[in-house]
Amino acid sequence: MPYETDYTNQGFTKVGTRVNRPDGVDKVTGRAKYGADANAAGQLVGRVLRSPHAHALITKIDTSKAEKLPGVKAVLTGKDFPDLTGGNRGLMDILENCMARGRALYDGHAVAAVAAIDADTANKALKLIKVTYKQLPHVTDVDEAIKPGAPIIHDWVRTAGVTPAPTTASNVAQRSEFGHGDVDAGFAQADVIIEKSFKTEQTHQGYIEPHACLATLGPDGSGELWVTTQGHFTFRNVCASLLGLEVAKLKVTSSEIGGGFGGKTHVWTEPVALQLSRKANRPVKLVMSRDEVFRATGPTSSTSVDVKIGAKRNGKITAATAELRYQSGAFPGMWAMFGAMTSFACYDLKNVKSVGFDVLVNRPKVAAYRAPSAPMAAFAVESVVDMLAAELGMDAVDFRIKNAAKKGTKASYGPVYGPIGIGPTLDAVKNHPHMKRKLGKNQGRGVACGFWFNFGGQTCTDLNIGVDGSVNLTVGTVDVGGSRASLALIAAEELGIDYEQVRVTIGDTNSLGHNDTTEGSRGTFSSGMATIFAARNAVDVLKQRAAATWDIPVEQVIWEAGEARAKGRQNNNLPPLSLKEIAAKSPRTGGPIAGHNEVVADGAGVSFASHMCDVEVDPETGATKILRYTVVQDAGKAIHPDYVEGQFQGGAAQGIGWALNEEYIYGDDGRLQNAGFLDYRIPVCSDLPFIDTQILEIPNPNHPYGVRGVGETSIVPPLAAIGNAVSNAVGVRMTHVPMSPPRILNAIETAKE
Amino acid sequence: MNGVTVSAKVNGDAVQYVCPADESLLDVLRNRLNLTGVKEGCGTGDCGACSITLDGRLVCSCLVLGAEAEGREIGTVEGLSEGGKLHPLQEEFIEKAALQCGICTPGFLVAAKSLLERNPNPTEEEIRYALAGNLCRCTGYDKIVRAVQSAAKIMRRGKKVAR
Repeated sequence: MPYETDYTNQGFTKVGTRVNRPDGVDKVTGRAKYGADANAAGQLVGRVLRSPHAHALITKIDTSKAEKLPGVKAVLTGKDFPDLTGGNRGLMDILENCMARGRALYDGHAVAAVAAIDADTANKALKLIKVTYKQLPHVTDVDEAIKPGAPIIHDWVRTAGVTPAPTTASNVAQRSEFGHGDVDAGFAQADVIIEKSFKTEQTHQGYIEPHACLATLGPDGSGELWVTTQGHFTFRNVCASLLGLEVAKLKVTSSEIGGGFGGKTHVWTEPVALQLSRKANRPVKLVMSRDEVFRATGPTSSTSVDVKIGAKRNGKITAATAELRYQSGAFPGMWAMFGAMTSFACYDLKNVKSVGFDVLVNRPKVAAYRAPSAPMAAFAVESVVDMLAAELGMDAVDFRIKNAAKKGTKASYGPVYGPIGIGPTLDAVKNHPHMKRKLGKNQGRGVACGFWFNFGGQTCTDLNIGVDGSVNLTVGTVDVGGSRASLALIAAEELGIDYEQVRVTIGDTNSLGHNDTTEGSRGTFSSGMATIFAARNAVDVLKQRAAATWDIPVEQVIWEAGEARAKGRQNNNLPPLSLKEIAAKSPRTGGPIAGHNEVVADGAGVSFASHMCDVEVDPETGATKILRYTVVQDAGKAIHPDYVEGQFQGGAAQGIGWALNEEYIYGDDGRLQNAGFLDYRIPVCSDLPFIDTQILEIPNPNHPYGVRGVGETSIVPPLAAIGNAVSNAVGVRMTHVPMSPPRILNAIETAKE
Repeated sequence: MNGVTVSAKVNGDAVQYVCPADESLLDVLRNRLNLTGVKEGCGTGDCGACSITLDGRLVCSCLVLGAEAEGREIGTVEGLSEGGKLHPLQEEFIEKAALQCGICTPGFLVAAKSLLERNPNPTEEEIRYALAGNLCRCTGYDKIVRAVQSAAKIMRRGKKVAR
């Protein structure tokens, strides 16, 4: 295969091996400490009162009875959060989402909070707070919210991205457009055009660990926050801005994180917990219930998408358009923009246009969910791609291969691609044994592709060598899926030492410079890059110490296989000095040996995947069983293959849940009806088969080891792959996710009529 | 507080605690006995993160009252390893990369141990149904099932050697 190999074949000895993770023992023995596992002397229990209404004016909050209840130490409402945002609308949205300011915008919106000596007292206090609401008309559906006459969520919102600038309020917060060429001319050249509309329902990341924190903030403005988060530095900065604190005086420590998938990139109750602590002058522990997690954190958008693609008889796509409407909850978001950017990223298109509309509704503020916005766009586009292939009488994989983007393709969202993996993943699908398995009655096969940008971002890393030669690597990216193992492998590779000699710690915000949130599949990519550079800094020091020990110029010292070696015949009498030997002498040769790096890790390589799925649909019940599922994805370079596979499998499983079961169900009253794991059903063990994986390695030229982020892309193709499989099984095109049994039965019935 | 005084055994050790009559065993284990390896994911018996054994039977500790444990034997993840030696399930969960975030791991280990005590040689399907009460959002269950299969094999071999 003619793929770039410049960055492979580096003779890795550690990278690419399947070592045991360093936090494994802690996690199998129950020792690992998560958000709710920390306690402080004198801590209070924090609880939040939430709106039962989808949209209401808060005319009065009477907290006097709650305040008088013995054991209650602090009560807060929106009035206890002065506006310190300096006109920053984004910050104000965060603040208003943490605690309502005169208006409840969705079922679950926080309206008051208490801190009390125990949970029982706190719960009693919540019941004593009397909130007077005046209900307002609400809207929860994305298409309804755009219609004329729909209740306006915010009267200050004017649609951004349109000219001339509108003068009246709208629920469309932003219009964004991407593409190039002339789509009208392109469609005029097409022999076949397919146009179809699709809907997807709102889903939640569904991490098993609810949000939890332990907050301490004293009257001196100094504080500490122990919290389950994907980005403790970001949490620090946001909490400091909202509460008027100096960044350096708020120490935030990330606990072990029990899943995030994007949902723990935003603050929800943390500023509230800190403010309760400040008011009570005692530590406050605030743990969300599962009901609160569903109602009041950040699920992903529900969407409504129209796609039109035209192609010539020879299978070449001539034009493609998409209009994507994504609801962002009760506050403006950028989610339709991401949908518009990713929708056609897999293909090499001359004429393409995608337009996104971010829409406000009375639902919780949408947050990132693993490759946010891409799965819904892919569902629509990859469904139409399949329909078009069928119409042309072409194999669905061959059709994709013929139109796949490649190196040099101008992406629909702007940039020109470097070496990319979409073609190779499709070739792998074509040759995969999965595709040769025979299908039986009521069974169908689906294939779909997916794309995600990936992200690098600000990163700061420290590497310290102990006197015994063991190495402590301190990073600021939270370990969400095994990155400590990957980063230890990278440090060991650079230094030429054993993996077991390296211990990785996630530093708190007082230990390192700023690190961006662990999002955009950046953990191993960016901290890996910073670790390589920090290790190389340390190697420079190690060489200097060896040179000084030998009394030769440092230019004559090289670092190889974990030891300093003296170059040149004149130095033949100097035996190599190992890292351990140099470390042991370090107190006498200049003190501690360390390497450090701060970097903006630009150049995150884009990521592509192609998935194959076989399903069987019971025509009596409409229930779908996943028979086989295979993920092929480009990892750039798989540092730890086990955890790369784990990301592929986990993303596929989440996508399967989304495709078949998961959805937020709102009643006519605008209240969420299924805020629990019983009624919001994520896949369980008996729902799934083994999920096969194939890792491809098309190196990212912007990373010393060729690494691309791997965490997110795996959730992009499943909706479409399963949609195509189910459509093939039942002989009816499925256009609405999740494809729950009633929807499938309804589609079959409608087709018969 | 109208406390109930309870005497029970936890992981083989005798314990005594006082708890309100309506407090869950999960809260007792976590907040009164400091056994924070037992996790709360939902509090409604849907996720299995708080799985423990009560007189050898697998239960969600969030659905049991602390007061109900009087005179009974409680088993938690903290009791799985013996001294410094990990249980084969713990070993294989690490070896087979069967955990990512790890929040569900204690519950899975307790549930899998309970399964293997009842059925030392389960099929893949039996494993999947036995663990269907435990939610994992990271792994897609693939490596968890493989780890349980592997541990079962090691434990069967161990029993043969012991005989």
